[in-house]
Amino acid sequence: MNLNYVNQAVPKLDGAALTGGKGVYTEDMVPRDCLVVQVLRSPHAFARIKSIRKDAASRVAGISCILTWEDVPQIRYTLAGQSYPEPSPYDRYILERTVRYVGDPVAIVAGRDKDCVAKAMRMIQVKYELLDPVLDFEQALDNPSVVHSEEDYFRHFDIGGDPKRNLVASGCDSDGDVEAALAACDVVVDQTYYTKANAQAMMETFRTYTYLDHNRRLNVVTSTQVPFHCRRTIARALGLPKNMVRVVKPRIGGGFGAKQTLVSELFPALVTLRTGKPAKIVYTRKESFQASNSRHQMRVHVKVGAMRDGTIKAVDMQALSNAGAYGEHASTTIGLVGHKSIPLYARQAAFRFSWEVVYTNTMAAGAFRGYGATQGCFAMESAINELAVKLNMDPAQLRLKNLPQVGEHMAAYYNEPLTSSKLPECIQRGMEMIGWEQNYPCVRVDDHRVRGVGMAITMQGSGISGVDTASVTVKLNDDGYYTLMIGATDMGTGCDTILAQMAAEILNCPMERITVDGVDTDHSPFDTGSYASSTTYVTGAAVVKACTQLNEQIAAEGARRLNIHPERAEFDGDNVYDRTNPEHCITLDQLAQSLVVGEGTQWLTATASHCSPTSPPPFMAGFAQVEVDLETGEAKVVDYVGVVDCGTVVNKNLARVQAEGGIAQGIGMALLEDINYDPKGQMVNSTFMTYKIPCRTDLPEIRVDFEESYEPNGPFGAKSIGEVVINTPSPAIAHAIYNATGVRVRSLPITAEKILMGREE
Amino acid sequence: MYTIKSYVFPESLEEADELLHRDCRNNAVLGGCCWLKLGRRRIRWAIDLTRLGLDQIEVKDGFLELGACITLRQLETHPAVTARFDGLLGESVSHIVGVPFRNCATVGGSVFSRFGFSDLTCALLALDASVVLYRGGEVPLAEFMASPIAFDDILLKVRIKDDGRRAAYQSVRRSATDFPTLAVAVSCLDGRWKVSVGARPGRAVQAEEAARCLNDGRGPEAAGVAAGAELTFGTDLRAGADYRKKLAAVLVRRAAQTCIERENKG
Amino acid sequence: MKVKITVNGMLYNKHIPNDMMLLEFLRKYGYVSVKRGCDTSNCGLCTVWVEGKPVLSCSYPAARADGKNVTTLEGVKDEAASFGRYMTAQGVEQCGYCSPGFIMAALAMRRELTNPTEEEVAHYLAGNLCRCSGYAGQTRALRAWLHDKPWEKEGQV
Repeated sequence: MNLNYVNQAVPKLDGAALTGGKGVYTEDMVPRDCLVVQVLRSPHAFARIKSIRKDAASRVAGISCILTWEDVPQIRYTLAGQSYPEPSPYDRYILERTVRYVGDPVAIVAGRDKDCVAKAMRMIQVKYELLDPVLDFEQALDNPSVVHSEEDYFRHFDIGGDPKRNLVASGCDSDGDVEAALAACDVVVDQTYYTKANAQAMMETFRTYTYLDHNRRLNVVTSTQVPFHCRRTIARALGLPKNMVRVVKPRIGGGFGAKQTLVSELFPALVTLRTGKPAKIVYTRKESFQASNSRHQMRVHVKVGAMRDGTIKAVDMQALSNAGAYGEHASTTIGLVGHKSIPLYARQAAFRFSWEVVYTNTMAAGAFRGYGATQGCFAMESAINELAVKLNMDPAQLRLKNLPQVGEHMAAYYNEPLTSSKLPECIQRGMEMIGWEQNYPCVRVDDHRVRGVGMAITMQGSGISGVDTASVTVKLNDDGYYTLMIGATDMGTGCDTILAQMAAEILNCPMERITVDGVDTDHSPFDTGSYASSTTYVTGAAVVKACTQLNEQIAAEGARRLNIHPERAEFDGDNVYDRTNPEHCITLDQLAQSLVVGEGTQWLTATASHCSPTSPPPFMAGFAQVEVDLETGEAKVVDYVGVVDCGTVVNKNLARVQAEGGIAQGIGMALLEDINYDPKGQMVNSTFMTYKIPCRTDLPEIRVDFEESYEPNGPFGAKSIGEVVINTPSPAIAHAIYNATGVRVRSLPITAEKILMGREE
Repeated sequence: MYTIKSYVFPESLEEADELLHRDCRNNAVLGGCCWLKLGRRRIRWAIDLTRLGLDQIEVKDGFLELGACITLRQLETHPAVTARFDGLLGESVSHIVGVPFRNCATVGGSVFSRFGFSDLTCALLALDASVVLYRGGEVPLAEFMASPIAFDDILLKVRIKDDGRRAAYQSVRRSATDFPTLAVAVSCLDGRWKVSVGARPGRAVQAEEAARCLNDGRGPEAAGVAAGAELTFGTDLRAGADYRKKLAAVLVRRAAQTCIERENKG
Repeated sequence: MKVKITVNGMLYNKHIPNDMMLLEFLRKYGYVSVKRGCDTSNCGLCTVWVEGKPVLSCSYPAARADGKNVTTLEGVKDEAASFGRYMTAQGVEQCGYCSPGFIMAALAMRRELTNPTEEEVAHYLAGNLCRCSGYAGQTRALRAWLHDKPWEKEGQV
């Protein structure tokens, strides 16, 4: 295919505004007379509020309102940004008499400025009856303390949960007789792996402002990945008709899944409803860490069995996930643990994947790039690397021997067919780039430093099969320019740009002729939002459909004005002409003008929706070279190579930066990022001082390459890229460290202390 | 959240001292202010020293003198500092967060606060530095470090004997710009050694037994073992006590080796 | 208290709260390029210059800036746009939230260091965090910018 815009390195449409420091983010647009909203939060992990005294606080000059559990609608809802009916349980009130983690909201305080709000917050007196918290997720199931005992707990459908047992969800998926297959294997690895509740740590914390418009409708301007889910959930939680809520998404300072859950929206919304005044909330970094959502902490037990020749015959995986205090994304993230890791090895194997998700009195988990696949990848890929040692096989060769092949159905991946894969090429290319032949398993640098290499492979999905829905409207304006209207949310990744590239390709026009706006639920077409790696693949397909329709409409309208049969009309992007007489033509500009004036006006706009029955997996092979100081245990990634098959690369720059950024987050997860709680349930790593994300001197210059397959169901052959890129670093780095030191670290993060202490055991 | 009722630039040290002593509990001398907003202090008078000429780096009377308002960044860039003690002071602070941070944080703020994780106090301790206080006069840093923090005096400068000693710094950090998990500084002049260990995670202290090992020519290895044995180590979110103890042995050995190599090279 | 602060060449003669930080002062007067990313002086997003030196405006008391010259991205617009084009050529601005602070640190580095090595560049900018990019694209942008030296042609300081 000869492509002009797709598959090119087109700069981001908003690049100049962003690097120019323009006021394009939520907080930059707040009206001047906005009330300042802050939330008084529980200092206890599990308690029941006995009383709240707020009269003195309410009298502080400038205070507009103080709301407590008695003042909010008694309506259960979930904050998860998922398609309706949400799989997440409805287990929240905006404020509730029971508080379930340190940070749970107790009171909403709104006032003229931050000083009076801070003063009032200090004066609110809350008496708590302390309950016994459940802090260890391995002790949560059937614990005498029950996190959710409310009568009105609600689920749309069965997710295998039983809140009386602290069980949010459970289930099992299998194919074949795993026990028998394991028993017949020559070699079995049987190990347990642990991952942490990492923070997404996007640079812009959560923030929202709200106001009533001239029709008394609630307008919510918010940094979100899911404006349409936001609208629905805000209406529900506040007991408003849905038509009374409008959500606007400006530029977003990063999300990585954190903003696929509502976090800050309801507090100012309620204040605006109660006072009639505009209200804003801006989360501090500390609030963002300890009162929002994180990756699900997990324990994953893997048994994988193979024959002497390396043929994998059995995979048995049991996952336990910590939902924290509320169940957002709990039943769905756990699914990806197995469904995105086992299919890589289940081609000739029986498999069983069983799971349990439990409530505890820690901060609720939610969505974070990778969404369970990351945790599953660490466990499965680590187990495969251990299996290679037991088989005395090269770990790359072991993988190449077992990969699923194009044309096969993957029983462990919802039985979807594999329609495109260049994973073997990714592995081969990665081996070349990292110098596998020379560097595996390790090279000695000097008397105390060794460099080991390690690897992992992974897959993700491209949207949620049969659920994720995107709509796109494209309009021909009266001056011959186009407006592309999308409901997908660019959170910095550049989806506005790549969708415009696709539109330019179909409409055969320069990028400059297409404008793309942010999302406004009053004006934008419906889209489930930017998550589940759906934007390029699902929304992209809707762009192709809508633009193709518009092309046809332009040709038809041109034909009418040229007085020719529509089949003779051709639209080349600039002119509609008669194929039998190309001189006979009308320019797009002339046509567009004539469409909006006088007789026969027909303003052209095309809308299309798309939902994919399958979710074609992108693939990646990741290779790490890690230098370990054998005396201090310090491990530094000195080289990281990621080779990705995301189908056709729509934008070479943006795909590369997605991969580099995802790998960097993965390296952080592997080596640094460590959420811990003290014995009372207070999070101890709730600042950038204590929760370290990688800085530039922690990282090598990450190297990325692409092996482009052609996905027949994707727009221009594209699959997704956003999430698959975060998965490989943890297992590849753990593997490299093992190859350098002989120490297997099976719990993240892999600290210098664990390595050194492991060496001495 | 902190609050400041009155912000003042005193015109003399006398005035600063007088202001502070109106109410030592509620008045505060400001340093670089990098962590002011972390505290919940409700400050009555905030006393800003930046207009009192305490931003001087001077070499006089055989001493290197660092004014309280010198920034950490100046320790990395000022030739009078980088040319001395094998660049120990600049190197010790060069990991802290980033340049914009180090353009704010000051010598006075860092030393007066006596944080356990302080790289600078660890380095200064190995140089046998002293601090000059407005009321208390000149006090050896080791003594100052061992005393509890009282907000009743003003640190004016740090003095270091300009004796040409060799020095070396070693630290281990989780992230390159994190506080140290453990930090070690050593110095050597005419075969007499100083060893200090910081971020244990308690305040930096001198490892005297380790220094004795080196003085006696028992070598870096023995010094490392001695440092691990003689000091106490604790556990915090960065690492456990046992690991720190092992690190101390390694880092003291490495720092001493580096120092010896530097000495041999001349 | 009353302060006289010059921002990008414009004098502001203002009464300010005594505990106001420079970040809040600058945003209040419309310099919205200045962003807050943390509460602990760790992220570098709020980097501006005081007397030409990059500082964390979240931790610099506005009172201390009395009588001083402050520069934000808005004050070095052309040079920032020129460097910004090197970033957008890589697609590395991503969400853009850390871009102004990073750019202010990079422009300060260019003034402070002559022909820095890549290691010196990384060390100078280590305090400017970015969660989107993994820094590799920033490194490519910096490399091309330092190689091309566009400021020489564009007549910047």
